[in-house]
Amino acid sequence: MSTLDLSRWQFGLTTVYHFLFVPITIGMVLLVAILQTIWTKTGDEKFLRLTKFFGKIFLINFAMGVVTGIVQEFQFGMNWSDYSRFVGDIFGAPLAMEGLLAFFFESTFIGLWIFGWGRLSKKIHLATIWVTTLGVWLSAYFILAANSFMQHPVGFDINEVKNRAELVDIGAVLTNIVALNQFPHTITASIMMAGAVLVGVSAYHLKRGQYLSSMKTSLKLGLWTVLAGGLGTLISGDGLGLAMVKTQPMKMAAAEALYNTSKNASFSIFTLGTPDGHSELFSIRIPNLLSFLSTHTLDGQVEGLNDLQAQYVTAYGPGNYMPIIWLTYWAFRWMIGLGALAMLIAVIGLWITRKGNVNLKKWQWNTAIWMVPLPLLAISVGWMFTEMGRQPWIVFGLMKTADGVSPGVSASDVLISLIVFTLLYGVLAVVEFKLLMKAVKAGPNDDLIAETADVDKLTVAY
Amino acid sequence: MQLNEIWFLIVGVLFIGYFVLDGFDFGVGMAIPFISKDDIDRRVVINTIGPVWDMNETWVLVAGASLFAAFPEWYASLFSGFYLALLLMLAALILRGVAFEYRGKGETQKWKNTFDWMIFIGSAVPALLWGTAFSNIVQGVPLNEKHIFTGNLLTLLNPYGLLGGLVTLTLFFTYGLVFITLKTEGEVRDRARALATKVGVVATLLAAGFLVWTVVAHFSWLGLALSGLAAVSLIGALLLNHFGRDGWSFVLLVTTVMSAVGSLFAALFPNVLPSTTNPAYSLTIENASSTPYTLTVMTWVVVCCLPLVLGYQAWTYWVFSKRVSRKNIPAGAH
Ligand code: HDD
Ligand code: HEM
Ligand code: HEM
Repeated sequence: MSTLDLSRWQFGLTTVYHFLFVPITIGMVLLVAILQTIWTKTGDEKFLRLTKFFGKIFLINFAMGVVTGIVQEFQFGMNWSDYSRFVGDIFGAPLAMEGLLAFFFESTFIGLWIFGWGRLSKKIHLATIWVTTLGVWLSAYFILAANSFMQHPVGFDINEVKNRAELVDIGAVLTNIVALNQFPHTITASIMMAGAVLVGVSAYHLKRGQYLSSMKTSLKLGLWTVLAGGLGTLISGDGLGLAMVKTQPMKMAAAEALYNTSKNASFSIFTLGTPDGHSELFSIRIPNLLSFLSTHTLDGQVEGLNDLQAQYVTAYGPGNYMPIIWLTYWAFRWMIGLGALAMLIAVIGLWITRKGNVNLKKWQWNTAIWMVPLPLLAISVGWMFTEMGRQPWIVFGLMKTADGVSPGVSASDVLISLIVFTLLYGVLAVVEFKLLMKAVKAGPNDDLIAETADVDKLTVAY
Repeated sequence: MQLNEIWFLIVGVLFIGYFVLDGFDFGVGMAIPFISKDDIDRRVVINTIGPVWDMNETWVLVAGASLFAAFPEWYASLFSGFYLALLLMLAALILRGVAFEYRGKGETQKWKNTFDWMIFIGSAVPALLWGTAFSNIVQGVPLNEKHIFTGNLLTLLNPYGLLGGLVTLTLFFTYGLVFITLKTEGEVRDRARALATKVGVVATLLAAGFLVWTVVAHFSWLGLALSGLAAVSLIGALLLNHFGRDGWSFVLLVTTVMSAVGSLFAALFPNVLPSTTNPAYSLTIENASSTPYTLTVMTWVVVCCLPLVLGYQAWTYWVFSKRVSRKNIPAGAH
């Protein structure tokens, strides 16, 4: 394999891996902050227990988000140095802002929160988790603004002499229409994810009849969070879809494997046969839905792959401008489908546990437990759709992925790093999973509370 | 001053901030196996940096990202050129970060020992690599006319680079030990003080050789002044440490790290990555920088953010300013 292929595999692998932890962080930090706020306001010890219990789970996950994030920051220069040369004048700015504004907040205030129990006054300690939340969310915004430039470059000029894109309007870059839509979509999806964590963990204990009072509360909070986050994801996803049709029509055509431009375009939930459109054996279709998703009218025109391909050849010269169709087609469906399934489970869960009923059957609890990975998978395939649907471009319309790779780095170097990251990440995944399970099984026990009693003792120590 | 000069300075300041802060973290990580008799000692040592290591490490992300924003060509050539060295650094930083968080979450001694070794390796490797990397940056590397690095990992392992690595390794080790004397009580503190003297002497000898080499090869008056300051404050720090004045010893070591890193940046200016192939291929603050518009935007961001950051980070150190001792460590593991 070439340096290019290996670099793409490595970037895909490390980014998807990083983004397994990030959504949990984004959502959990908010839920933990809410739980702690309720405790501070009401003084109800149950909420202190829940704060500490879910806080511990949150922290185990957070550590992985941090260490895998460092890799991300370095990789642009290591593997994509020509890309960095070409867009650095623009792309570096949001990254540096993310560091200065967001990462410093996160990393400083998380330390204060972890070690501040009993040292800071209750109110200030509560403030530290909210500032952490702010930092986490800000960092999400800046990185998404950077990514949005790759999807839909704005606010720049091309300098022919230096052969690079140069920033002319930072406001435009930070208010990119793609970023404005990606942010709520990512945040709500992450909230949904965190809700699912609460549901799964609570179900684990309720199934065993343990910690009934606190786990009932977290179950309810979790279910409502999944539902609310899910609705938010749907609404923002709709906005993101409209933005995508405007900025990258090829991606929407690829999402439906729609070869020919059509009005009243339908949306297939399922297709048998090759989704390349030539040999469709069987499909379930919802009439006019694709037109509606793309234009918000039932008979809006949706451009097809063939027409777009022809347009792009005229605009950018000969070449293949289609992403891998089967992949975008299925990724789009799995994203929506898995998310919808999680929401459905949440709705049913809310219904059968209404009035505090937790006498459920074993399989019902198991369903709730197995719901945890659903939003996470939806998020991962959503990103695969976004990033692979952008191909062959690394910056849409400006630079091809093949031109962004580091010229001085050999395939064997990248192979070494790919192997190192795969092994390291694999081992860490096992360790992380074990620790998470251990923390979950330990439950919201009283040890967690007792620690705050003695001010002289560090409540948390490594 | 022009914008790209200002940004050379800002990048320098951010790296100085990084080494001043994470430098003692590396030292503390390296010290664990040498000054602790049992697990409680080890936890005392680690907890001296517990609340702050993450924010200290974040300085490198900010320094790196600022370097990217202000000098994209520098970032691109440097990071792709030093590929395998950076891979090693990343692996070490990952091990270290995970180990801090996870060592206390298992019960068995074996579990903890594994993570203690990971902290040790994860601290020593970057401490060595940073010195090697920066000496090579100052000395120059083979860059072709497109500013692309044409060497390999062995190119970086030259005598000057290796000496630079040993200097940072021993200097950060000393620095971490003095930090421990400042932050602990009892036997751990005594052991740290005694060891700091020994390691400090080695560091001084290596640093003296390295600084002379740097000043001779890349002479500038500023560089000479900064190197001199670094040397004097290092010797002063060791004497003060010996006589039990932890606080002042630490202050002088901060001065050492600041002026030593500063002297490297002084030696580099106005290049950012000199080419040993042909001086005409060097990356400089002129040909590597972003546009004035980007630099202006980023200057505002730095001017607004950095004072705030320094404020709340100083507050954090103040909150955790108490010494850590064995009685602070809660009984059960978690
Ligand atoms: C729980 C997860 C989840 C769920 C249920 C959905 N999405 Fe999503 N989607 C994501 C999680 C996600 C994401 C976080 O993975 C992405 C990747 C990039 C982004 O900003 O969000 C994404 C990307 C993404 C994109 C690509 C944007 C681009 O490439 O520019 C579109 C058009 C949609 N989504 C639309 C939808 C619609 C119409 C949905 C439901 C009806 C939907 N998403 C449900
Ligand atoms: C703002 C953040 C992001 C930036 C700047 C970014 C940038 C990039 C770059 C430079 C590549 C390599 C070129 C290519 O092969 O396309 C890439 C590929 C990829 N990224 Fe992203 N990415 C970001 C976020 C994400 C996230 C969060 C995910 C998923 C969790 C993701 C998933 C992928 C995948 C799967 C690829 C491989 C695509 C392929 O091989 O065709 N990216 N991205
Ligand atoms: C859409 C894509 C991404 C989002 C929304 C995102 C968001 C986040 C968030 C919220 C965190 C902090 C929480 C945690 O540590 O778990 C984090 C950590 C981090 N991310 Fe990502 N990330 C994305 C992709 C990337 C990419 C492509 C990079 C590379 C520049 C990156 C660099 C980092 C770094 C360096 C950290 C560690 C920060 C620290 O030390 O606290 N992330 N990310």
